[in-house]
Amino acid sequence: MTGLLDLRSLVVAALLVLLAALPLYTGLTGNQFLLSVFTRIVVLAIAAVSLNLIMGYGGMVSFGHAAYIGIGGYAVGILASEGVTSGLVQLPVALAVSALFALAVGALSLRTRGVYFIMITLAFAQMIYYVAVGLSRYGGDDGLTIYRRSQLAGVLDLSNKTVFYYFCLAWLAATVVLVWRLVNSRFGMVIRGARSNDRRMRAIGFPTFRYRLVCFVISGTLCGLSGALLANHTDFVSPAMMHWTRSGDLIVMVVLGGMGSLFGPLIGTVTLLVLEEALPVIIGLLAWPLLGAGAARAGEYWQLVLGPLLLLIVLYARGGIDGMLSGARRA
Amino acid sequence: MLLVLEQCLNGLQLGLLLFLLAAGLTLVFGIMDLVNLAHGSLYMIGAYFAATFTALTGSFLAGALLALGATLLVGMSVEVVALRRLYGRDHLDHVLGTFGLILFFNELVRLIWGPAGLTVPLPDWLNTAVPVMPGLLYPTYRIAIIAMSLLVALLLYLLVMRTRLGMLIRAGASNREMVGALGVNIQLLYTLVFGLGAALAGLAGLMQAPILTVAIGMGENILILAFVVIIIGGIGSIRGAFIASILVGLADTLGRGFLPELFKLVVSPAAAAAAAPALSSMLIYLIMAAVLVLRPEGLFPAANR
Repeated sequence: MTGLLDLRSLVVAALLVLLAALPLYTGLTGNQFLLSVFTRIVVLAIAAVSLNLIMGYGGMVSFGHAAYIGIGGYAVGILASEGVTSGLVQLPVALAVSALFALAVGALSLRTRGVYFIMITLAFAQMIYYVAVGLSRYGGDDGLTIYRRSQLAGVLDLSNKTVFYYFCLAWLAATVVLVWRLVNSRFGMVIRGARSNDRRMRAIGFPTFRYRLVCFVISGTLCGLSGALLANHTDFVSPAMMHWTRSGDLIVMVVLGGMGSLFGPLIGTVTLLVLEEALPVIIGLLAWPLLGAGAARAGEYWQLVLGPLLLLIVLYARGGIDGMLSGARRA
Repeated sequence: MLLVLEQCLNGLQLGLLLFLLAAGLTLVFGIMDLVNLAHGSLYMIGAYFAATFTALTGSFLAGALLALGATLLVGMSVEVVALRRLYGRDHLDHVLGTFGLILFFNELVRLIWGPAGLTVPLPDWLNTAVPVMPGLLYPTYRIAIIAMSLLVALLLYLLVMRTRLGMLIRAGASNREMVGALGVNIQLLYTLVFGLGAALAGLAGLMQAPILTVAIGMGENILILAFVVIIIGGIGSIRGAFIASILVGLADTLGRGFLPELFKLVVSPAAAAAAAPALSSMLIYLIMAAVLVLRPEGLFPAANR
């Protein structure tokens, strides 16, 4: 960071103000849809930030992070359907199960490197996916409806949309602060050192495997938190929430925003999900003079624009949007 | 016993089909070091072309040939226009870029062919069954798929091991810079290899077209299986891909066919009915995880890369 007033800091500050003030706007206009879209963005941003911790700083590319979203979600869903609706039970259970799963996956996967690591994390995520499909007691393929959101002992009412939004935003802020503190600590230095040169780190006496495993578990736990919130947001869990394309989406969010930068994943998540909502409208407007009444239909094909857009960002903006803003090359 | 044999044939057929996909994927991966998630899109495009050209020409064979050529052209143009610029980049850039291509191709197909699935009718002479053993009738078309895939595998082996182009491909897999330094037109070689991979994927797609419904997104699920195959086999190794694809095809088919029965011998029928389908879907991922834990470079790692 060169100064407080460079373009990148301004964009991040504007984004944070936008996120914090959004419910004021939607409260005034009564636009519940926008609030719902942004709740989803905030929840998935937690997952992207957690993925960035291992991917951007640790060099561990997990192609199975959707599994933790699923585990966190199913922890809430299953407990709720068994009559345990207290969030003070649900959230700790969701986090603990995610942590245990990450511990098992990490212990086995961290023996491999590069593409093999990508694929073995995918393999474990697929296993969990099929476990969820096989849970016939909890809806199997069709999923499970959650009739009551997590109860927080009467302190917060999560079924109030604005309260829930701020609840998620607070968790996102806590996650970002945690990641910031982590990567700048001695622990984070070891993780980043192991990414650049694992052998050298071991040679100077750091048991890097243990450090990387702990980092992997922290990331999985945070992603499980995102899943527990997502289940509360949609009032529904199904195997689809941990389909492998969701893991791909998370990687896209992180790379798009900028790997290994603190706010990159947040920028990436907002960009991707806002584009998903806005592109159909924009295309519809642009195509209006050409196609007239057919313009609305042209908007349906927004992925035709998003796909090449992603490709162009990869080709011409190394380091993602964050790298573009700061004008710096990826390290 | 007959059922086991029939399932083995089904597994073999799935395995060989996976090999056609995995061979292209592993070549592109091993030689250009490119992670191509859009490989499944080429499989889908092959199937769509087959549906269109079969309807246009009225003959499945002519349609298949035209579809093969068209997929080859699509593959080579994608390489020239987009993917060529991704060589030498980080694997993550490949994942992001080719993920964008998947979105693009799925949407393009929806624009051209519409959202509904297509079916490809089989000609009468293939739509029969032949006795492979006393008491076991097996569809002719599936036998034709097995024979065709084996033939292609053999041709691929001859191409890679016995021709000059194959020599360059193998050289490119073991040391790219050196091949370039020796004056080989590496750009052309890459385009050809990518086209070859695309044609193989298209072939797999068009052969599946009469069996399955041709639909958007059909490439994504089989792509994951193909990735599992090349990881088990070892990246860059065609021999590994061949053995791993047969292994995966057989394990997947036999697991789905017989695990529920096996489970009933051990646990109660209700528990077996609940657990077996999940476990049989998981089987190949369990195999992959086990292989990676025991041999982190796959079963047949390509020699010292």
